[in-house]
Amino acid sequence: MSDNPKGQKKENQQERKEVDLDEGLVDLDLRNDSDTPDVPPPTDSTPEILKRALSGLSARWKNWWIRGILTLAMISMFFLIIYMGSFMLMLLVLGIQVKCFHEIITIGYRVYHSYDLPWFRSLSWYFLLCVNYFFYGETVADYFGTFVQRREQLQFLIRYHRFISFALYLAGFCMFVLSLVKKHYRLQFYMFAWTHVTLLITVTQSHLVIQNLFEGMIWFLVPISSVICNDIAAYIFGFFFGRTPLIKLSPKKTWEGFIGGGFSTVLFGFVFSYFLAQHQYFVCPVEYNSETNRFVTECEPSELFRLKKYSVPLLLQAVLGWETVNMYPFQMHSIALSTFASLIGPFGGFFASGFKRAFKIKDFADTIPGHGGIMDRFDCQYLMATFVHVYITSFIRGPNPSKVLKQLLVLQPEQQLNVYRTLKSHLVEKGILQPSLRG
Amino acid sequence: FPLHVSPVAREDGWESESENKLDGETASDSESKSEFGGSPPVPTSDDTPEVLNRALSNLSSRWKNWWVRGILTLAMITFFFIIIYLGPMVLMTIVMCVQIKCFHEIITIGYNVYHSYDLPWFRTLSWYFLLCVNYFFYGETVTDYFFTLVQREEPLRILSKYHRFISFALYLTGFCMFVLSLVKKHYRLQFYMFGWTHVTLLIVVTQSHLIIHNLFEGMIWFIVPISCVICNDIMAYMFGFFFGRTPLIKLSPKKTWEGFIGGFFATVLFGLLLSYVMSGYRCFTCPVEFNNDTNSFTVDCEPSELFQLQEYNIPLVLQSVVGWKTVRMYPFQIHSIALSTFASLIGPFGGFFASGFKRAFKIKDFANTIPGHGGIMDRFDCQYLMATFVNVYIASFIRGPNPSKLIQQFLTLRPDQQLHIFNTLKAHLVDKGVLGGSEDA
Repeated sequence: MSDNPKGQKKENQQERKEVDLDEGLVDLDLRNDSDTPDVPPPTDSTPEILKRALSGLSARWKNWWIRGILTLAMISMFFLIIYMGSFMLMLLVLGIQVKCFHEIITIGYRVYHSYDLPWFRSLSWYFLLCVNYFFYGETVADYFGTFVQRREQLQFLIRYHRFISFALYLAGFCMFVLSLVKKHYRLQFYMFAWTHVTLLITVTQSHLVIQNLFEGMIWFLVPISSVICNDIAAYIFGFFFGRTPLIKLSPKKTWEGFIGGGFSTVLFGFVFSYFLAQHQYFVCPVEYNSETNRFVTECEPSELFRLKKYSVPLLLQAVLGWETVNMYPFQMHSIALSTFASLIGPFGGFFASGFKRAFKIKDFADTIPGHGGIMDRFDCQYLMATFVHVYITSFIRGPNPSKVLKQLLVLQPEQQLNVYRTLKSHLVEKGILQPSLRG
Repeated sequence: FPLHVSPVAREDGWESESENKLDGETASDSESKSEFGGSPPVPTSDDTPEVLNRALSNLSSRWKNWWVRGILTLAMITFFFIIIYLGPMVLMTIVMCVQIKCFHEIITIGYNVYHSYDLPWFRTLSWYFLLCVNYFFYGETVTDYFFTLVQREEPLRILSKYHRFISFALYLTGFCMFVLSLVKKHYRLQFYMFGWTHVTLLIVVTQSHLIIHNLFEGMIWFIVPISCVICNDIMAYMFGFFFGRTPLIKLSPKKTWEGFIGGFFATVLFGLLLSYVMSGYRCFTCPVEFNNDTNSFTVDCEPSELFQLQEYNIPLVLQSVVGWKTVRMYPFQIHSIALSTFASLIGPFGGFFASGFKRAFKIKDFANTIPGHGGIMDRFDCQYLMATFVNVYIASFIRGPNPSKLIQQFLTLRPDQQLHIFNTLKAHLVDKGVLGGSEDA
């Protein structure tokens, strides 16, 4: 199996197109997987205009150009949406989630070549709707407290939100049980499980992405950019210096690419956060202004985003020649994020590679010419989103104050009184509240 | 209706889920059968204890089976009472053990179905994931309920502050181990097992923790739902036995509409009576609390409104029937109607799901742990939906959030946020008249 990345120009380090189908067949389970339908040959979804523009080049260069152009197109679209603001970003995340879900479900459908199973697709989309409804209700209710308070119907929906979500889910569950067809039990159970695992992966993590976004756009941008940078940097390093294969699962990946990508990503994250941390637009938590009915990102930048003097450790002093340096504390966090993106992020990619080999598919779908499906682009991102969310809740911020307040107001009056007294004594103790004031 | 006949007495025409072997075996199932080589017939051993065997040796096999089942049922119910007597801590431990056994049963089935070819680490990884998820859930529960205890001990405090991060790191390790363990010829199998493990965790572990949450709310929230499901089982069987005629669902051919409806009414009535009896005792109705001074669990409190007798007017329709104008009931009994209704209407769907699952993978029972009844999972398949429902019900209609958890969250906020919340709360309390304007406590 060739592992000279140099000779494969069109191969990027994620080895999308170049999964050798022969190689794929070798790892057949010896029991026959012959019932898996042949994956239809990839349709060339490159737009006509690109084809004409590049018609003069050889096939290899043409592919390289298509990938390059599409990469630039995706990055530009990314910038455009960032410019348009958090609401558009939320919609984008939602759109991507739906598309990823669709891609994975379609694969499942094909792998099991369902025999006109009743309601399979309706049920899958129904469950997607339920789970999204549940998550959006939890998120939206937290962040748009004032908006929700004003409208009576929304209040009702919010208060009984969990119950309504559960009832909706149960309806789907009962429909599934009633839809079991005598000859297809096992298939239907497989599809049920497939749907649920897909929901677990795509939906929960897309909501974590949105919660990160609400913390501040920088918490959304830096992780995603680090993962993308790691992809590209590891590819470039692998291209120029790649020699030792990294893992059997992805034969085109090399240790040189892995390590080089790691260092570049940390550096990139460091520099990128320096630039982003200066703008309130990126740094402030997204809030909903009830008066103007819009999202605002305006605040007093927290401590994380104020320049501080750090003493350079003696080792580096010799190298850099400075004694102290002005940095944002956030840049320290960015090192942690970039490290995760380069060390653990690729495991998400390996998981997806293994998945594709297991089900003998080249790409998740053909949505993006030259790149495959949306899921192909986002397989490393998912682990990252969860990590960032856990990181934020553990090390950065505490719970959401408006959520705490909302829950306090729901308690029984005696409980509220107890809590009030406890809080008061605590605040007095800390000196935040003067004890002589009446209340 | 999950009465599972052991192979000893299959011929007596009683409820037998996989009566005709060819039932689930056609097009798609045999395809996936060839895909995975078909599941080997699950060996069923007769593990009725010797002593019972000898005692019943002179009865015909049909009656013998009936007696075995009956005795075991009584044994399980007695066991249930004993544990309730022993208290919440023992109950928690039992729930934990049941969860582990169910997990083990389902994973073993998966292992059999896929008759794994020496897949590296499969079982180790499954148990590892079980440990991680349990660690995560117990950490969240312990932090919520034992806040003061946790604050006192330094190592516990750090563990609880960074709990989510530690759980996530542990899970990630397992994930990376899985990726590294992928063997070239077995990718699909390994992904299937990974999916199987995660779905099992989702079902078994999350719901066992919901049961524990219900338990902490008050033992009555644990006992009444479980008893309603058991009662519905037994009542539906009885009604089906005496009056059963119209089949209910193709999936379980022995269930009948008469059994279903009769069981429904009987369960609602049973729930009403049981909650009436239990609401009188503090040890059942009070939330379980951890007492710092005595370092033990206490169930002692002023019973909440739900558990204080109230006069209700009987609707005119029933007045003529029952002959009373008003009746003294606990408000909780109204809730118990909701719980019993769910147990009889939706609970059986959990049973149908498990029946479908067993037919799909051509197994008779989940395991052979309980003689005459099958595995632990067989007994608990209807309970799981119930536990989630009760938890959602409590969270939506009964109690609000946990005050000590709120205090804990409050203490992690910034001072200006704390002040803001404090002032808002104060204004709210003054507004409601709960706090006098001159209160200076």
